[in-house]
Amino acid sequence: MPRTLPKPTPETRHFWEGCKLGELRLQRCRSCGEAYFPPRPFCPECAGRDVEVFTASGKATLYSYVINHRPRADIGTEPHSIAVVTLAEGPRMMTNIINCPQTPQALQLDMPLQVVFGNESAEISLPYFEPTVQP
Amino acid sequence: MRSKGVAVVGAAETTKLGLIPELSAIGLHADAALNALADAGLRPSDIDGLATAGEYPPALAAYLGLAPKWIDGTTVGGCSFMLHVHHAAAAIEAGYCSTVLITHGESGRSGIGRASHAASTSSLAAEFEYPYGVAGATSNLTIPALRYMKSRGATEEDLARVVVVQREWAAMNPRASLKTPITVDEVLNAEIIAWPFRKPMCCLRTDGGGALILTAATRAKDFPRKPVHILGSGEAVESPMVSMMRDFTTFRGFRTAAADAFAQARIGHAEVDHLMIYDAFAHLPLYGLEDAGFCKPGEAKDFIRERNTAPGGKLPMNTNGGGLCYMHSGMYGMYALQESVRQMRGIAPAQVPDARISVCIGVGGMFAAAGVVIFTNEARQ
Ligand SMILES: [Zn+2]
Repeated sequence: MPRTLPKPTPETRHFWEGCKLGELRLQRCRSCGEAYFPPRPFCPECAGRDVEVFTASGKATLYSYVINHRPRADIGTEPHSIAVVTLAEGPRMMTNIINCPQTPQALQLDMPLQVVFGNESAEISLPYFEPTVQP
Repeated sequence: MRSKGVAVVGAAETTKLGLIPELSAIGLHADAALNALADAGLRPSDIDGLATAGEYPPALAAYLGLAPKWIDGTTVGGCSFMLHVHHAAAAIEAGYCSTVLITHGESGRSGIGRASHAASTSSLAAEFEYPYGVAGATSNLTIPALRYMKSRGATEEDLARVVVVQREWAAMNPRASLKTPITVDEVLNAEIIAWPFRKPMCCLRTDGGGALILTAATRAKDFPRKPVHILGSGEAVESPMVSMMRDFTTFRGFRTAAADAFAQARIGHAEVDHLMIYDAFAHLPLYGLEDAGFCKPGEAKDFIRERNTAPGGKLPMNTNGGGLCYMHSGMYGMYALQESVRQMRGIAPAQVPDARISVCIGVGGMFAAAGVVIFTNEARQ
């Protein structure tokens, strides 16, 4: 059973098209400067409709998470993290932290992360996050 | 204090709790409603207002033989019934109706006739959260806890202690599902559901229902039971998606709803004798104690460790055993309200001596909505 994937809407299609190209696309209000997520064609801070799409840095920090042990038929990789990360640009999003052990020791709050895209279908690549490789 | 005053004059749960395979969800609504009508000494024709969550109000009205001229179908998760009380009190005071029945019924364990609970009612949650593997509230409503714990210096032991104390209350309640005492070590060695949450830190899944009947306080003395007055109430929403919650260490819904309820009740926290905080998971009472103003940020864990909420403590909390030990059908808020009413009537299995004011705090969805009701058993003018 394949993973249940997002169904893009007219308001979110730019985000998923960006993911397919390896870009994490956010939106920003041209009036008040607020960067926001999830996508919508107006600013949730000031209700302005003059908004732009921009490509985020892909850098984030780990805000909070659980390590889910309960099986879900379309996932099958439990136990795995279900996390919320704070993007460098400010907005938060849910994701999985991958390419590291799924343990409390390996998953420390505030650790630096970077986006990595998982190819799930012809239309959808999901943004995941992995620990930033230390130089 | 409300301008004229509204009181609970009927309150009851389903005849059975726990495993009820002989009733569907609407049957559980009806069993609780009939018990509440009997408790109040009323007939269906006396009811002119109906509020419910999980069932379509016109369908429930027809099933029960009611002809309400005021309905409320607010369905925002487990705290829906706190919002129904808030709305019904205003409707009675406005003269839209005189006697409101509020019902809940849920076949949470048997799943008979259960309304389908989609992964989320929000398509944004389906698009931006569900693909990452959230498997119900256990791996969603729990996500903010680690940030709360880091910010407040709270530990897994502090989460476990919430369970230990509530099991002490449940031990005094013959209708509680889990009555066996448990230690912190036993909680911390139990099966992991979604780390840091172990099985005893997660709510039960049981069948049951409950119903309340509200009317004007001026009429309340004509009923067989001691009236329980609504001193204040409040409601608020935050986000349908946990990932959009602004600050994982504090819930705006609790803060706003509690502040409004306390302002309306014109009481201070020191006057509160009894407290219910919806405990779908063990972290929620910690948020509730701080966000409703009973504890300063970071002090809730110490407040519980020092046994203030335990039997014999100065602020008995979740005295039915809570959603962790008493029962949890899915939308538990009705059972928290029932316990507040029992305490104010003086008939709770673990009765708090001389309790005069009870505060009941509910959460709905994944930190999406909140409702607070403050009750008293003293007529106040
Ligand atoms: Zn703006």
